[in-house]
Amino acid sequence: MTMPDYAYDIDAVRAQFPILHVEHHPGVPLTYLDNGASSQKPLAVIEAMDSYYRTTNANVHRGIHKLSEQASEAYEGARVKVRRFIHAASKREIVFTRGTTEGINLVAQTWGRANLKPGDVILSTQMEHHANIVPWQMLAAQTGAVVKFAPITPDGQIDADAYARMLRELPVKLVTFTMVSNVLGTITPAADMARLAHDVGAVVLMDAAQAVPHMAIDVQALDADFLVFSGHKMCAPTGSGVLYGKAALLDAMPPWMGGGDMISKVTFEGSTWNDIPFKFEAGTPLISEQIGLGAAIDYLNALGMDKVQAHEHAMTRYALDRLAELPFVHVYGPDADKKGAVAAFSMDGVHAHDVAQVLDSQGIAVRAGHHCAQPLHSLLGTAATARASFYLYNTFEEVDRLVDALYVVKRTFSV
Amino acid sequence: MYDFYRENILDHDRNMRYRGVLDPADIDYEAVNPLCGDKLRLTLRLSEDKTHIEALAWEGEGCAISKASASMLGEMILGKSLDEVRAISKQDVFDLIGIPLSMNRVKCGLLSLKALTVALYGLGEWERREQAEED
Ligand SMILES: Cc1ncc(COP(=O)(O)O)c(C=O)c1O
Repeated sequence: MTMPDYAYDIDAVRAQFPILHVEHHPGVPLTYLDNGASSQKPLAVIEAMDSYYRTTNANVHRGIHKLSEQASEAYEGARVKVRRFIHAASKREIVFTRGTTEGINLVAQTWGRANLKPGDVILSTQMEHHANIVPWQMLAAQTGAVVKFAPITPDGQIDADAYARMLRELPVKLVTFTMVSNVLGTITPAADMARLAHDVGAVVLMDAAQAVPHMAIDVQALDADFLVFSGHKMCAPTGSGVLYGKAALLDAMPPWMGGGDMISKVTFEGSTWNDIPFKFEAGTPLISEQIGLGAAIDYLNALGMDKVQAHEHAMTRYALDRLAELPFVHVYGPDADKKGAVAAFSMDGVHAHDVAQVLDSQGIAVRAGHHCAQPLHSLLGTAATARASFYLYNTFEEVDRLVDALYVVKRTFSV
Repeated sequence: MYDFYRENILDHDRNMRYRGVLDPADIDYEAVNPLCGDKLRLTLRLSEDKTHIEALAWEGEGCAISKASASMLGEMILGKSLDEVRAISKQDVFDLIGIPLSMNRVKCGLLSLKALTVALYGLGEWERREQAEED
C-alpha cells in the first residue's frame, strides 16, 4: 500500500519529542501508540515547566513580591491561552482542574446537587468512559435522580432516533456525552445533540477528553454549557485540565471545595465566595502544570489544529486499511471518516493482554483492557480489547510496524 | 527473540486443566481483575472429612498468564490438604509461571491464587498476606 503524504514535516515534529528517541528495548525503537491514554510532551512544554521552577516558582494570587506576581501572570496567561484555544467568550469561563474526571465531578457535585430532584433524568450514552458514568451514579444516589444511557447502533454511532425519543419522553435535566469515544473513536454530532437537548431545556456537558487534543474546538459554536478536558492527552503535563462553563451557569453554582483562593470574605460566622473562576479553585492550584498546558497550546497552535486533524485522519485511514488486510484482527467502531485516531481491536484466539505483551516486545506500546469503558465492552461482547491510538507525531511506518508485529502475535500463539 | 510465552505457558493457555464448573460444589467463588475486568471462577469439592481438595474447576475469561497460572496452580493443589494449600505463597506461583512479570501483569498471574485463598480462607487472609508483604 502506498503511504499518504504528511501534513507537515514529520521528522521535525518528532525531533521535538525527546521520549520518541529513547530505545524501548536494546536495539528496538519505541512505537508509541497509546496516545488515547496519555500523549508525550514536546520540548517546549518540558522547558516551560523547567524554566518556571528555575526562575519563577512562587504561590499565585497571594504575594506582593516579584516572583508571586510573575507566577500569577504566567498562570493567568495560561488561562487566556485556553480561552482563545476553545473560543470561550471570557476567561472567567475557564476553570482550571486536574483533568476531565475532576471537571465532571465538579459539575455533578455543584450544579447537579443544586439542580436535580428525585426522578430527574441525567441522560448519557452507552459509549462513555467511567469518568462520565460513575460521578452521575454517585449524584443519582445523593439526589434521587436517575441515569439513563442513549443506545448506540451496531456500527458504533449514537442512535439518533432513540436519543431524540428519550429527550422527548423523559424529564431530562442534563445531557452528558463524549465528543469522541475513547474506544470506538466515534465522533458524536455534538452540536446537533446539544441543540436537541436545549430544545427540551436540558443542560449539556461535553466530555472533550479525546476531542480537544485532536481537533479545533469552538465551545460557542457547539453551544456547550459545560465542556471538560485533560491536559495530559494534548502534550501538556498530568495534573493540568479545564472545565469550561457558561458564565451564567458558573455564577449560579455553589462552590465545591472550600479553602483559600475561593473566598471573598471569611468570618467566624460564615464566608462569601470569590468570583468565577476562582470560586472553583480552592487551595494552591497546579501552577506549573497549567503553565505547561499554556505552552502545549502554543505548540499546537504553531503546528495548526487543522493540520493535526488532517494528519490524524490520514493515519486512521491508513491504519484501518492495513488492519483490514489481517483476517484474524477485528476492529471496532465506525469507518475512518467518522472517527478519531483510535483503533480498538480484538484478535481471534488471543487475549488483549497477550497481544499487548507481544507488541511490547516489538517496541510497540498499546493499551489492553476495557479502557475504563466496561459497560461498552460488555455491549461489544468482550471483556477486553487492544487499542492503538495515534497522535500528531505518529508515522505511517509505525502502522506498518504494528501490522508486522501482529503477525508475530499470531505466530507466537499459533492461531 | 523473545521467550516470555514459553512453551509450557502456551500449552496451559491452550489446554487449560480442570476447565469448567463443578455442580454441586462445596465452594464457589469468582475473582475479578479490576485492571481489565477479567474474571476467574473457582469451584471446589472437598473430601468427606473436609480436609483435602478432591476436585476443582476453573471457568472464566482471561489472558494466557492468568489461565496458565490457574491451570498450573490447579495441578499443584489437587489432592492436597487444606493446610498445604494455605502454605502456597505468591512466590510459589511466580515459580510455576517461571518468567518475570511486570507490575501490571502480576495481577494476571496471581488472580488464581487470590481466588483460591479468598474462597478457602476469606478476603481477610488475602489482605493479611498483602499487608505482610508491605511491612
Ligand atoms: C473520553 C474520556 N473521558 C474521560 C477520560 C478521563 O480523563 P482523566 O483520566 O484525564 O481525568 C478519558 C481518558 O482517560 C477519556 O478518554
